[in-house]
Amino acid sequence: MPRPDREADRASLPSSDELAAFFAEASQAIAAAADRRQLEAVRLELLGRSSVLSAWKRALGGATPEERREVGLALNATRDGLEAAVASRGDVLAVAERAAALEADRLDLSELATRRFAAGHLHLVSQVRAELEDIFLGMGYEIAEGPEVESDEHNFTALNMPPHHPARSNQDSFYLDLDDGETFLLRSQTSPVQIRLLARKELPLYAVAPGRAYRRDTPDARHLPAFHQIEGIAVDRDISFADLAGTVATFTEAIFGTAIKSRLRPAYFPFTEPSAEYEVTCVLCSGAGCRTCSNTGWIELGGCGLVHPNVLSMAGVDPEEWSGFAFGFGIDRLAMIRYQIEDIRSLIENDVRFLTQF
Amino acid sequence: MRVPLSWLKDFVPLPTSPSEEADVAELGRVLSSLGLVFEGAELVGSGLDGVVLAHVVALEPIKGADKIRRVLVDAGGPEPLEIVCGAWNFGLGDVVPLATVGTELPNGMAIGRRTMRGVTSNGMLCSPGELGLPGESSGLLVLSSPGPGAALPAGIEPGRPLAEHLGIVPDAVLDLSIEPNRPDCLSIAGIARDLAARLKLPFVLPEPDVSGLERGEAAEALAAVETRAPSACDRIVGRVLVGLAPIASPPLVARRLILSGMRPLGAVVDASNYAMLELGQPTHPYDLDHLAGGRIVARLARPGEALVTLDGTARVLGRAPNGRGEDIDLIECVIADGNDEVVGLAGVMGGRHSEVSEQTTRVLLESAHFNGLMVGRAAKRRGLRTEASVRFERGVDPEGTRRAADRVIELVAAAARHAGAPVPSLAPGVLEDRPVPAAPVRIELRTERMNALLGTELGAGDAAELLEPIGFSCAPSEQGLVVDVPSFRPDTTAEIDLIEEVARHYGYEQIAPRSRRSPAVGRRSPSQVRRHQVMALLTGLGAHEAWTPSIIDPALEDRLGPAPERVRLTNPIVAEESALRSSVLAGLCAAARHNVAHRNPHLRLFELGAVFEAPPAAGEWPREREELGVLLAEEGDDAAAASGCFERLVEGLRLVRDDLELVQGDELDALGAAGARLVRGMHPTRRAVAWCAGVPLVGFGELDFEVAERFELGERRIGVLVADLGALLAAPERPRIARAVSRFPSSDLDLAFVLDEAVAAERLRRALAAAGGELVESLQLLDVYRGAPLSGGERSLAFRLRMCALDHTLDEAELSAARRRLIEAGEALGARLRA
Repeated sequence: MPRPDREADRASLPSSDELAAFFAEASQAIAAAADRRQLEAVRLELLGRSSVLSAWKRALGGATPEERREVGLALNATRDGLEAAVASRGDVLAVAERAAALEADRLDLSELATRRFAAGHLHLVSQVRAELEDIFLGMGYEIAEGPEVESDEHNFTALNMPPHHPARSNQDSFYLDLDDGETFLLRSQTSPVQIRLLARKELPLYAVAPGRAYRRDTPDARHLPAFHQIEGIAVDRDISFADLAGTVATFTEAIFGTAIKSRLRPAYFPFTEPSAEYEVTCVLCSGAGCRTCSNTGWIELGGCGLVHPNVLSMAGVDPEEWSGFAFGFGIDRLAMIRYQIEDIRSLIENDVRFLTQF
Repeated sequence: MRVPLSWLKDFVPLPTSPSEEADVAELGRVLSSLGLVFEGAELVGSGLDGVVLAHVVALEPIKGADKIRRVLVDAGGPEPLEIVCGAWNFGLGDVVPLATVGTELPNGMAIGRRTMRGVTSNGMLCSPGELGLPGESSGLLVLSSPGPGAALPAGIEPGRPLAEHLGIVPDAVLDLSIEPNRPDCLSIAGIARDLAARLKLPFVLPEPDVSGLERGEAAEALAAVETRAPSACDRIVGRVLVGLAPIASPPLVARRLILSGMRPLGAVVDASNYAMLELGQPTHPYDLDHLAGGRIVARLARPGEALVTLDGTARVLGRAPNGRGEDIDLIECVIADGNDEVVGLAGVMGGRHSEVSEQTTRVLLESAHFNGLMVGRAAKRRGLRTEASVRFERGVDPEGTRRAADRVIELVAAAARHAGAPVPSLAPGVLEDRPVPAAPVRIELRTERMNALLGTELGAGDAAELLEPIGFSCAPSEQGLVVDVPSFRPDTTAEIDLIEEVARHYGYEQIAPRSRRSPAVGRRSPSQVRRHQVMALLTGLGAHEAWTPSIIDPALEDRLGPAPERVRLTNPIVAEESALRSSVLAGLCAAARHNVAHRNPHLRLFELGAVFEAPPAAGEWPREREELGVLLAEEGDDAAAASGCFERLVEGLRLVRDDLELVQGDELDALGAAGARLVRGMHPTRRAVAWCAGVPLVGFGELDFEVAERFELGERRIGVLVADLGALLAAPERPRIARAVSRFPSSDLDLAFVLDEAVAAERLRRALAAAGGELVESLQLLDVYRGAPLSGGERSLAFRLRMCALDHTLDEAELSAARRRLIEAGEALGARLRA
């Protein structure tokens, strides 16, 4: 590093050779700085106030005007050149330092898969239920609820199932062992919610009621004594079977997409007339016929029909003024069909290996 | 109902081929579209080409084989055929079916020549199942057993094709599910009528012709019929047949009965069954010589009367246990004889004593119209639903009794002619008691109403064209049609029933769908929105939603500790699972146990569901509430996890934290049953209940380790939370008004208090929050310390309060004043500032 004697420098200006030698040495010093801290020290020595360069600059004061112009230009060029060299060396060092820091930080992210935010899963039935609710909300329906314990009156009589109707048999429904008085049972369908809604006397009425219902079915791959249904009811001034067919077609498309078609075929339910079974193209074979649809190409999803005039009358609604349709189908069954679940009992085992699939 | 296609064709000229699957399926589609649900078909009688009668002429063991034998049969050829057979239910001289080499059986099996143990089998002797015929399939179909060396009966010729011998022609048996409102279709003729109307084919129901059979003594002189209970039996018809011989039914009748699922038993009984299947009207033949006084009387049962029914079971009539250890009297209809002894349970089953047998020569045939409700109940009570009782229960045609009786007689006579036996004679005259003729039903069908309900534009004439072919008579009226309902349609009593018939025969698929939506805006109610939030909050904590049973074994739930009075079922499927759950927590513990057993012990589960308790007073509704249960069993989960879950719910539901009071320890007792149910099964010294305005909302803490042990969940801490969901969803929400945040710098005040263990940290937190007032931006419990130099009954609680004002920077004087107030508030609770 050039470090000429200060006393001597003060007296003399550098010759062009001296300046060239200084520049060469200084440039080497800059290039030799190993990191940015060293580079800063070098910069101060070469370009700082106590540097040779500064001393030479100060010495210009005592020089002749020709010397001042000539040597001054040379000194400035030297300073500019050195400053550029420092900046450029600084950039090189910064890149290298960042590269070194990054290398030191290197991580295999696949090692980290064990530390994750645990995600909980809604039960499949809840998910399908919410999806159905959303479809009907979009059609302007309200979501109604009703108790799982119902009176015989709501579950049967008000639904046009007179005493001694076969569905009332204790072979089919769970009755509660309470003291005398009204007869209570676990609702065998979500339809009693219809009765509760009609009793509000707020018409027109468009509602769906999802929920749990119970029947005395011995558990097997296709049956559980408890299951989930969604019930729908619409009562307005001019509701017809055509509206029912249209509504069924709409929600079939909403649930399954346009490739799956719905159809209604005559059936019998005491609380609707005309009554229909609601069927959709088999989602497994697209209607070609398979084991799931017993080679018919169609899958039964639920029942529907126009609300029976007796049901409206009993609820205090004039069937000549108002008409309505109602439908109901199994949420569990829908989930099973859509996710190709072979055994409905998987739905109540609550095995995390199952729950976390959905 | 099993419906042979050939039988349908007796009434409607269907073009359907019984051996073409596609043809039969198309017919099924039409039936389904009429509501007569087609559930499949069985094609029978095809594939019997190559199966012949074979006479067993020798039977010997095969050396070294104990399961098979060598059989020599005469199958009509010049030499006996050698066959290897593994069946043992036949003997020398028997006639059995032989599938000859080259035959393909209905089940697809191809018969080839095979050699077993050095013996060549030139075909296979067949069981009924292998031939697609009904019957016991564990052995061969034995067609005749004249005995070794005996001559073969007439008509049995070795080598004759089996199909020819049995009178089997290809047929298709349709399996239809008939809805309970269509009793008319519990008959071949009824189904044919509906089908003919839809396919626009003629429907013909021939009148039975018995005129040529009437001779001899008048029926009145031989027997009598009477009903003394018009409410139970409003019509009873009797006809008397004399000169019967014990003969079998002709092959066609026997085969159709078999295909329909009934067993041929003899010409008279078969004729009765055949007519029932064909016309839907059950009849009953009595052996007139075993019928006291030659008389049948329909009357109500006297409590305690007895009858041995055809199936040999002794039955008590008119009385039954009510399930509570008492007997109650029943109203049910019986048939009594001239001595007033019961000879039949009306519409359900006849008595053994007057049963038709081989010895019967004279029969009184009963064809009656019984009250369906009464028959249905009588049958159900005894678990004795018969083909007859089902038909009466659903409703038979009150005008069809006479026709059915005559059809039976026609069939009996035809059977005798076929068998070459003497044709019985029919005693002239019809016995009948009909105190109240059925009132005809006439309904007006308003065209406008019909179109309004169906969304169609049909005219009155269109409706008439749809209704007339199925038996309704229509006449125009001012508003549409006046319709006379046929007697075989008891389900049709109102205009809506006619509208359904029009829709059914018009075709549901012809009604153009119309798009319809509610005029309202669809939205979830506030509590439904919150329920979804709860579910989202909990899944956000990594908990999975479970669905556990509502019907439970009380013993399982008792593992949680003492339960409130549960609701019990009168008729559980399994005796143990006899009650409705009173908590969702037991179900969650059982679900956790399932996962522990499958080596997944670390999990979080939750469930939202109804729980039940016995009603507060007799006659009232049982109490039903919606409950939320959360079980936190991830590694390290404990009471702190439960507390965190609670705080997450409070925050997520925007509850007013200061409205919620935490009750712990002995103070819980003051909350009574409502509090106790929220902490059932929880660790007695690690649990709390949050309540709001006097209503307990949420209990949380740790699962009692004894409970965890009972559920075999392992030795570890498990966090639990139980909420009264209805109350939680209804709890007041923080006002939806934005609060400005300060733009000025804040200062932290760190204060550590030493507090007696008996005082909850929550109380100090609240006291500090109150004392700091509006200047407190946030308040955090930083640290809890127990140990030296503190004494055993106390701990240090370090709080950090971030203080600031909305409109200025707090100065030293304000901060120290606040600090003083905070220390005083702590001291008021007995806390001292830690040095």
